[in-house]
Amino acid sequence: MTDPILKISNLTKRFGGNTAVSGINLEVQPRETIAIIGPNGAGKTTFYNMVSGRMNPTEGKIELEGQDITGLPPHKISRMGVSRSFQINNIFPEMTVQENVEVAVTAFHGHSRKLFNFASRNRAVQDEARELLGKLQILELADRRAEVISYGDKRLLEIAVVLATRPHLVLLDEPTAGMTPDETKRTTSLIRQLADTGDYTFLITEHDMDVVFGLADRILVMHRGENLFVGTPDEVKAHPEVRRAYLGEEEEEEASA
Amino acid sequence: MKQNILIGVMLVAIALLIALPWYAPFFYIFIFTEILILGLFAVSFNLIFGYTGMLSFGHAAYFGMGAYTTAMLLLHQDWPFVYTLFAAMALSGLLALVIGFLCVRLSEVYFAMLTLAFGMMVFTIAHSWRDVTNGSDGIAGFRIKEFGLGLDLTIGNPTVYYHVTLVVVGIAAVILYIISRSSFGMILKAIRQNPERVSFCGLNIRTYRLASFTIGGIFAGLAGALIAPFLRVASPELMHWSMSAEPVLMSILGGTGYFLGPFVGAAMFVLLETWITSFTESWMLFLGIVLALMVMFFRKGVLGTFLDWWMNKND
Ligand SMILES: Nc1ncnc2c1ncn2[C@@H]1O[C@H](COP(=O)(O)OP(=O)(O)O)[C@@H](O)[C@H]1O
Ligand SMILES: [Mg+2]
Repeated sequence: MTDPILKISNLTKRFGGNTAVSGINLEVQPRETIAIIGPNGAGKTTFYNMVSGRMNPTEGKIELEGQDITGLPPHKISRMGVSRSFQINNIFPEMTVQENVEVAVTAFHGHSRKLFNFASRNRAVQDEARELLGKLQILELADRRAEVISYGDKRLLEIAVVLATRPHLVLLDEPTAGMTPDETKRTTSLIRQLADTGDYTFLITEHDMDVVFGLADRILVMHRGENLFVGTPDEVKAHPEVRRAYLGEEEEEEASA
Repeated sequence: MKQNILIGVMLVAIALLIALPWYAPFFYIFIFTEILILGLFAVSFNLIFGYTGMLSFGHAAYFGMGAYTTAMLLLHQDWPFVYTLFAAMALSGLLALVIGFLCVRLSEVYFAMLTLAFGMMVFTIAHSWRDVTNGSDGIAGFRIKEFGLGLDLTIGNPTVYYHVTLVVVGIAAVILYIISRSSFGMILKAIRQNPERVSFCGLNIRTYRLASFTIGGIFAGLAGALIAPFLRVASPELMHWSMSAEPVLMSILGGTGYFLGPFVGAAMFVLLETWITSFTESWMLFLGIVLALMVMFFRKGVLGTFLDWWMNKND
């Protein structure tokens, strides 16, 4: 085994008396795709919030490529090569689709400190943004205002923005949530292609089991903040407790809530 | 096509401003000097508000700081006028940097309240530190002995001062416009729309908020430096919280979404005030009605509403 890109030790987050994430341990290898599943409220988003710097852990340690990043602010963690999407669309609504990506490209290259250039004449930034829109198959929407494109396209746009900072580790929070079945299929195959380039390590939370089994090398099953099981898709499918906890044999209503 | 018409309108407007003394009544030279200065004040505010999304309620502190700097340097040091402008920008910018450093960590209404609080403190200092600021009378009795840059201008002449103001405000507006269209300006707009996303793109939004706040303060200071010789006094009123409200009202009146919106707002503000107070005392009532209508029905302000309608109109 090579050195892990991400090493999580005993990660815990409590909100008052409520333990949202409880003693999670996980090692993620470079270029791996890991799915994180678990019913609503299992603590998946909170887990991301800690890894991406949005929240401080109550306990535990997060190491990225051997460096301790526990408690660093989001911009520093982003600079170190971690980028994330959000469960609820998080884009720049009044900008065009292309400008949304240009913001992230501009930030990544440090052009954001330039006060006396014309942003609209920066061809290199624009080309890079358009290339990403092409990869996500939304190039034809480049000049539309981001707030008017369809819900599913907004989610793809957010992935383009996420990739624009050239991350090594990408956290996607329910990328297909709320998408139509067609959109879900398209998104899954796009993520598959991105994973196959070998440029990224993905963590993906997801409710749709077809998506999970189609993408993941390994699956982390969370339940009430705890690590219930980590294994390959086949191991997860065979695990009785996982079936009971998540795969819809008992807590149907929780999973769909 | 429409782009060219807009550029044409701008060029005509600039030509009309330059030629103003030759066709307008003498009185309007004063009115337009005031419009230009308050327009710059409002545009500097709108970089913070309209672009970066921070409602600063203490912007008059930097305006006043600029006015006092120029007034004192003219009174005590006989500096050439142009140099006092740079000094005013430097000191106002420094004040904005210090106050901004403490304010930008807060957001929304807390940010607004803290900038208001600091604005009141600065006002109180100007008002009570009699030895330095001459208290409520302010700094008066200064004269511009020399313009600077080797130019021999009779700046006491209102027409000359109008033209000087036009050139200085014009240069400042061009600089601010370039900043607003730069990569940095793009990040400011992104911060207004979604600060969280910007920080997850790897930028420390506090740094950018502070930079925006400081640049706004620098140019408010320049506007203040221009108003002192115009009013022939730098007094605490220039720093009063009601003075901080003016660029807010002007920006909303003209529109925060276009660079020139606050200039249009400043022009409307000053012209309406002049015309309405000439036949009624209730200028504030009228202003209140106009503002209420703008906020209820024309959020984009006069310029913004017009340009959006006109740009979308089919030829
Ligand atoms: N900011 C917060 N404050 C308080 N409780 C929170 C907060 N965020 C999440 N929680 C709680 O933490 C638990 C896990 O939530 P979350 O991480 O959103 O789960 P998931 O993403 O798996 O649906 C839930 O009980 C939720 O109510
Ligand atoms: Mg969640």
